[in-house]
Amino acid sequence: MSNPAVIPIHAYLIVSTLLFAIGVLAVLTRRNAIAVLMGIELMLNAANINFVVFWRYGGADKMEGLVFAVTVIALAAAEAAIALAIILSVYRRFKTVNVDQINLMRG
Amino acid sequence: MLEVLLYHPNSYLFLIPGLPLLAFLVIAGFYLRPERERIAPAFLILALCGSLALSVRALLAVAHGELTAPVSFEWLWVGRARLEIGCLADGLSSIMLVVVSVVSLLVQIYSIGYMKGEIGYGRYFAYMSLFSGSMLGLVISDNLLQTYIFWELVGICSYLLIGFWYRRPSAAAAAKKAFVVTRFGDLGFMIAIILIFSQKWWTFGFQQMAGLAASGRIPTEVGTVLALLIFCGAAGKSAQFPLHIWLPDAMEGPTPVSALIHAATMVAAGVYLVARCHFLFALSPVALFVVALVGALTLFLAATMGVAENDIKRVMAYSTISQLGYMMMALGVGGYAAGVFHLTTHAFFKALLFLTAGSVIHALHTNDMWKMGGLGKRMPITSITCLIGALALAGIFPLSGFWSKDEILSAAWFSDLPGHWVFFGLALATVFLTAFYMFRLWFVTFTGEPRSEEAGRGHESPWVMAGPLVVLAALAVVAGGLKYVVPGAGVGFGELLAGGRGEEHVSHVAVVLSILAALAGIGLAWGAYRAKLVSSAAFNRRFPAVHALLKNAWYFNRGWELFATRVVIAGSAIAAWFDRHVVNGMVDGVAWLSGWASRRLRLAETGQVQFYALVLVAAVVAGLLAVFVRDTSVIELFLVRR
Repeated sequence: MSNPAVIPIHAYLIVSTLLFAIGVLAVLTRRNAIAVLMGIELMLNAANINFVVFWRYGGADKMEGLVFAVTVIALAAAEAAIALAIILSVYRRFKTVNVDQINLMRG
Repeated sequence: MLEVLLYHPNSYLFLIPGLPLLAFLVIAGFYLRPERERIAPAFLILALCGSLALSVRALLAVAHGELTAPVSFEWLWVGRARLEIGCLADGLSSIMLVVVSVVSLLVQIYSIGYMKGEIGYGRYFAYMSLFSGSMLGLVISDNLLQTYIFWELVGICSYLLIGFWYRRPSAAAAAKKAFVVTRFGDLGFMIAIILIFSQKWWTFGFQQMAGLAASGRIPTEVGTVLALLIFCGAAGKSAQFPLHIWLPDAMEGPTPVSALIHAATMVAAGVYLVARCHFLFALSPVALFVVALVGALTLFLAATMGVAENDIKRVMAYSTISQLGYMMMALGVGGYAAGVFHLTTHAFFKALLFLTAGSVIHALHTNDMWKMGGLGKRMPITSITCLIGALALAGIFPLSGFWSKDEILSAAWFSDLPGHWVFFGLALATVFLTAFYMFRLWFVTFTGEPRSEEAGRGHESPWVMAGPLVVLAALAVVAGGLKYVVPGAGVGFGELLAGGRGEEHVSHVAVVLSILAALAGIGLAWGAYRAKLVSSAAFNRRFPAVHALLKNAWYFNRGWELFATRVVIAGSAIAAWFDRHVVNGMVDGVAWLSGWASRRLRLAETGQVQFYALVLVAAVVAGLLAVFVRDTSVIELFLVRR
């Protein structure tokens, strides 16, 4: 096991927070649906970093943090597959993946 | 429930209504089809024989003081009120049980002959068994709620049997009329039950309520309101003024039905109910006065209507209304025993009269007495039994009607109600009218020359019909003796009823006056329709208004019709307006409000998925900020180094 004192925990947390913020920004501002999807993946990975870090710096004898991280990776894979399928069928229907132009549900 | 039914020594009381109800299930279940219905009456007659034997046993037990407490089991609890199903055998109910089962048994035997070959023979006996069981259940019931249940059951049986020939529009209409008009009164009865529940006595038992009344825990005004509401129900069922209009039309049913239900038993249920709840009426002079007044008006008006009627069954129907009026008036003026005694004797002689009418109708296939005539020679048994019934009804010594009617007249004579002389006068005048219309019917039907081809071919009815006539005629003759001694009981009727109280006064003046009035009525009928000394046609020409009034039964049907078409329709127009504009307006208002709100709210739905995500993130950030502001320790958590 490496020495945890070498790199302080908040360094990891700052990285993951930045990653999360970039993801949110991508989700809120990108027009391309695939870019939005990538933003979501970034947010998921930011969360993953947090899981692993807290596992490593917290009680490393427990496995919950790792298990969560692995679960989230599997989930992200499944989510990406379904989201891409949805984007494909949206493209077939609208001939675009620009989320601004897909607003059938407007009240 | 089972312990009571199986092990209580007096649980046989439950079998009295139970046997005919069982017969109903058997007949309705297995013997309705034309190829099997011929033995249907056997079950009912067997069941009624059992009921009669048990009723007699109950009567004897009551007379010897062995049956005092009701036999009952718990049905259900409502709040603190324990509702029970039970049987109460006391003087009143055991006498009534015997009367109902005797008359019912004889009428069923008669029905075998009368209904022979009718379509729906099995159905007829199924209805009749349901009726007999319900009527016995009504009589024996130990609480008001159970009485009400059986009350409605006999009502529905009456409806079904009046409309027995439902393919005839007039029968269907008469059944509906009977049901709706009695419902008017039943509404009052039901309100009375609800009021009793709201009084928090936690019981509907007659004995318990009588105990409350005796200990002075029922205020007079509560007693008055309850008594008047119960009287509403009684007036509907017993066809009292102004709800009497259904009974003449009820003659559309088969004649044995009229004899059993609309003369002897069900219509007497109203009188029975008033007698049963007499402890409430006794609390209130107002209620007693109303009962006496309604009874007196009914007995006089109905008798005048009977004078101008040509359908023999309708004459008897008016006569029944009039006699029920006598009973009600007796209960009102304080002649409790007199009223119940008249109920008993009337059950015998009026059932007899109806069955003789049925015998004539069976032979001639017409109800119009002017198409009859001279039947005395061809139908001797019917003719003589009808004469006995008519004499008993007129109150001629020593037949049963004499004793009971004189008790009523004496009760009115000695009553301490205000205006009791008017009641006495009306009752006395009605004795005259009763004798007149009854002997008018008898002379026109059975004497003189046949007035139609059918009348010339009339024949005596078979023994299965004539037998019950003879038995009932014998009862109509001797039933007056019950005043002095009830066979097997060793006490008179009044003592049995009141549990050993003293005899009532008899006014000899009233007795003599009533006999004279009855003889005058018979004499006038003889003079007008047999000897032709006076002409009714001349009277009608002289006083056309009187004739029209009587012929149209004082225009009561027109009056109710106007009430229904004007008042009820106008009232319902107001109700309809209220419903359409106020009730509907409120419903529409709620719908409009939610529509308006959603038209405003839909603006938030932009269809832009990123806008939704933005709202989501903003909400999370706002939530986190709120937590930080409230609890700075969370911030410290981030600042403190480990």
